[in-house]
Amino acid sequence: MLYREAGQFKTSYSADQAIFSIAQDRWFVMIVLLLGFVGVPLVANQYLYTEVFIPVLILSIAAIGLNILTGYCGQVSLGTGGFMAVGAYAAYNLALRIPDMNFILVFALSGVVAMLVGVLFGLPSLRIKGFYLAVATLAAQFFLEWAFARVKWFTNYAPSGSVAVGKIELFGFAIDTPDRKYLFVLALVVVMALAAKNMVRGRLGRSWMAMRDMDIAAEIIGIRPLNAKLSAFAVSSFYIGVAGALWGFLRLGSWEPLAFDINRSFQVLFMIIIGGLGSILGSFLGAAFIILVPIFLNQLPHLLGIPLSTAAVSHIEFMVFGAMIVFFLIVEPNGFARLWAIAKEKLRLWPFPY
Amino acid sequence: MRASAGQGVAAGDIVLSVEDVSLGFGGVQALTGVSFDIRNGEIRAIIGPNGAGKTSMLNVINGFYHPQSGRITFKGKTRSKMRPYEAARGGIARTFQNVALFKGMTALDNIMAGRTLKMHRGVLWQILRVGPALAEEVEHRLKVEEIIDFLEIAHIRKIPVGRLPYGLQKRVELGRALAMEPNLLLLDEPMAGMNLEEKEDMSRFIIDVNNHFGTTIALIEHDMGVVMDLSDRVVVLDYGRKIADGTPDDVKRDQKVIDAYLGVGH
Ligand SMILES: Nc1ncnc2c1ncn2[C@@H]1O[C@H](COP(=O)(O)OP(=O)(O)OP(=O)(O)O)[C@@H](O)[C@H]1O
Ligand SMILES: [Mg+2]
Repeated sequence: MLYREAGQFKTSYSADQAIFSIAQDRWFVMIVLLLGFVGVPLVANQYLYTEVFIPVLILSIAAIGLNILTGYCGQVSLGTGGFMAVGAYAAYNLALRIPDMNFILVFALSGVVAMLVGVLFGLPSLRIKGFYLAVATLAAQFFLEWAFARVKWFTNYAPSGSVAVGKIELFGFAIDTPDRKYLFVLALVVVMALAAKNMVRGRLGRSWMAMRDMDIAAEIIGIRPLNAKLSAFAVSSFYIGVAGALWGFLRLGSWEPLAFDINRSFQVLFMIIIGGLGSILGSFLGAAFIILVPIFLNQLPHLLGIPLSTAAVSHIEFMVFGAMIVFFLIVEPNGFARLWAIAKEKLRLWPFPY
Repeated sequence: MRASAGQGVAAGDIVLSVEDVSLGFGGVQALTGVSFDIRNGEIRAIIGPNGAGKTSMLNVINGFYHPQSGRITFKGKTRSKMRPYEAARGGIARTFQNVALFKGMTALDNIMAGRTLKMHRGVLWQILRVGPALAEEVEHRLKVEEIIDFLEIAHIRKIPVGRLPYGLQKRVELGRALAMEPNLLLLDEPMAGMNLEEKEDMSRFIIDVNNHFGTTIALIEHDMGVVMDLSDRVVVLDYGRKIADGTPDDVKRDQKVIDAYLGVGH
């Protein structure tokens, strides 16, 4: 009986409404936070920071953003890459044009810029759904890619079209080493994940899910489709924009529009499908999976002593992702997050399976 | 739940009146010159054979369909057009003939969603979820728990409604409508597809809602026994026209009604 709900009587509804209502869940989160802030810095090396932890954390923010729009509100989007680009270029221009701006503010404002653009491209969702909306967001993706490649102002007339960012400083601290970057991103992720969790289990989240599950019924209980859908686009794009800014500044350092192309959109979409649609935890699991599998597959031939070409490895990667996506779409649309919940359910009953 | 007599409308006064409403879809005339009224605090049944236009009538009342002609006066305000969320804001709640719940959400969340219009804390408060925001969430949760107890669905509150049997889904849907504390509750065949026991439970809930909370109810139902037991007055539609209007006993004896029902083999 590792995982027990019994015996923990919830004495009030506010206790029942606490984020992690079972003590074990609270412990789990505490341990993860402790590992994140203390454990990882003790063991991680540069490679792990730059290739694993930082990318997983940043893309988790993007995945949470897309999950809010697609998983919670039911609006499919293929424009994630484009909205990340908006965040990245907004941050680049803010840092460039307003020297000495606090970087928290830079990233927050980049999120706001992405939010405005997201709402604009979200307007068609008031008229169209499903496949047609997906196509409209695809158009947004291509438009944004085009704009950042062609409108030279965005890249400060850099002849190569590629932009590079300078040093990041926060309250006198230079965020320049991998471990500092990691801790900075981790702190942001914790705050943003908590905020997202609170939103999805409050009135806003219920109105998004209501829209997703049955828009007609949502309207008759007084939810305005305009408010519900556009607020989902707004919050989602904010998260994705911040993720884009962080990706540019803390992961890449210098980039071209290609870094935020349609492949990025698909990558984040796969994260939420595999991790779990409509789950904040799933956004993390999906991001970790999508980042770790290629790394693992690259190491595998070494470990097994089988010589495999990089081409073969990347083919295997495609096949693994393809199979996983088909599996989750057909068998378990709620992804890893649901498998996790089932496992918890089993643990709760164990060793008495009834 | 508070007693929800319409503001400024005394018991027994007319809370909703439908005047000369006509509605067509291309070639099909769903409603033709229908007029009737609903008094505050009553249970008003709308009956008629299949395709008579009953559901269309509810859809007109809560703004899903916009009639080609005619007027609707609700709580003293006359209009010919409004959006469903405006109807909700005005105090009209409804359930659907084919359950229209949020399948991926738990029973509790479905009913909580019914409180949307009553919750006012902004996004920032919701993000923080402390102090007044949490207090609001808890306050509404308490109301919802009352409804859950009233409908005897405490045991299923954390289950996604898509996994519930049909009878319970209908109950949750009623719960969601009640959570809105409506002045006027529109029920479209709340007992369709239920067994006898479930029908009795549902009848009891409807009567209790009407008695204890004073909610005015418009009810579409095919089961004549239920209609005769529950309703104060009955309006009968056939081929989109009103053919009778009165107490259950009057309507039952009306030759036009008997013909209409015999005509379709009820
Ligand atoms: N959206 C629509 N488009 C076209 N025709 C419609 C639409 N809604 C209703 N109708 C038609 O209007 C007529 C009345 O339909 P309505 O659903 O109101 O009947 P009803 O009395 O509720 O019947 P039932 O007892 O079968 O539920 C029917 O002929 C129906 O086909
Ligand atoms: Mg009907």
